[in-house]
Amino acid sequence: MSDVLRRLRATDVEAASKRAAERLVGRAHGRGLVDVAFGTVDSPLGSMTVFVTKTGLVRVAYPEERMDRVFEEVVETLSPRVLEDPKGTERARRELDAYFEGRLHRFRMPVDWAFVPQGFFRRVLEETARIPFGSVSTYGEVALRAGSARAARAAGNALHENPVPIVVPCHRVVPASGGIGKYGGDEWRKAWLLRLEGAIPGDAGRSEAPG
Amino acid sequence: MADRLSGISRREPAGRSPRVDAVPPFSSFLEEHRADVYRFLLAAVGPQDADDCFQETFLSALRAYADLRDARNLRGWVLTIATRKALDHWRARERRPMPVEELPERPAPPREDADPELWRAVGALPPMQRAAVIHRYVLDLPYAEVASALGCSEEAARASAAVGRKKLRATVLAGEETG
Repeated sequence: MSDVLRRLRATDVEAASKRAAERLVGRAHGRGLVDVAFGTVDSPLGSMTVFVTKTGLVRVAYPEERMDRVFEEVVETLSPRVLEDPKGTERARRELDAYFEGRLHRFRMPVDWAFVPQGFFRRVLEETARIPFGSVSTYGEVALRAGSARAARAAGNALHENPVPIVVPCHRVVPASGGIGKYGGDEWRKAWLLRLEGAIPGDAGRSEAPG
Repeated sequence: MADRLSGISRREPAGRSPRVDAVPPFSSFLEEHRADVYRFLLAAVGPQDADDCFQETFLSALRAYADLRDARNLRGWVLTIATRKALDHWRARERRPMPVEELPERPAPPREDADPELWRAVGALPPMQRAAVIHRYVLDLPYAEVASALGCSEEAARASAAVGRKKLRATVLAGEETG
């Protein structure tokens, strides 16, 4: 092996290729080649991953979710052209940061419903999106508004599969029998969010993640 | 490989999952192959132009990615694209010959990987030999993959790599004797 080849093999390209990859993301964004942009939001509820399409926010994943599965769903349902694109996720990150700081009470970014089947499930989530900051509805009320008064349990299922928690505030839906009920992203988070919004008494800042 | 998001490095027992070769998200694909592509281009077109060719390579890959159905040899696929970009680059160079060390169009950024002697020696090789040598001896690709990246037969790839390597050694030895 000649010296030249040895040196070519040994050349450290890690930093240079990383910079080149970062530049690539900017160019891909500028050319509209990023179908799904993702990024992370550090919040009091943990580090969340947000996915944004050209239509809007399509998925918010809590840290416990199996990220390989989440990415698989994104690739299969939407597109494999998925990149960690700071510009593409800027609005989502900014609005979520503001929400967690208590500065934003109503999300303005559009939602992409691609992960929600048309019909009752989607109507449930659309109705849920209308529940204002600081108030709550029951499963039965949401079911009624979505067009099926007796489908409270089905409404609960739709909310459990909400692909965009927090932004579509499924935490604002509670059982008619009392208590705060279940939550896909762990119940302590539901309590934390409801306290942040003043819907239940207590100080959100004092309730940290368990463990 | 440690990337937890990487779909391509996740291998499940054969026969159990039909999705072993599913197309990974582009982010994982980029993360997994950026260093190989960069190393190839650094050796192939030199430090001045490696970044431009890198951008063109991955933008081409991204354009084609939405329609990609087979993820079995993504490394070979992207290195084939990079090789095509390097060949285009060399052809453009031939039309307006200008040795890298004499006429840089942009000021060369000071960087640890700039080694004029190295690029002169590699740059002196004819395109196919240069590409074959880099694929085989720098990236350790098997000859079958060298051949597919170059679009030639395996024998031709072997010959190009062998001749190129011999010339490279001769150039370097000559350089050491005179300088």
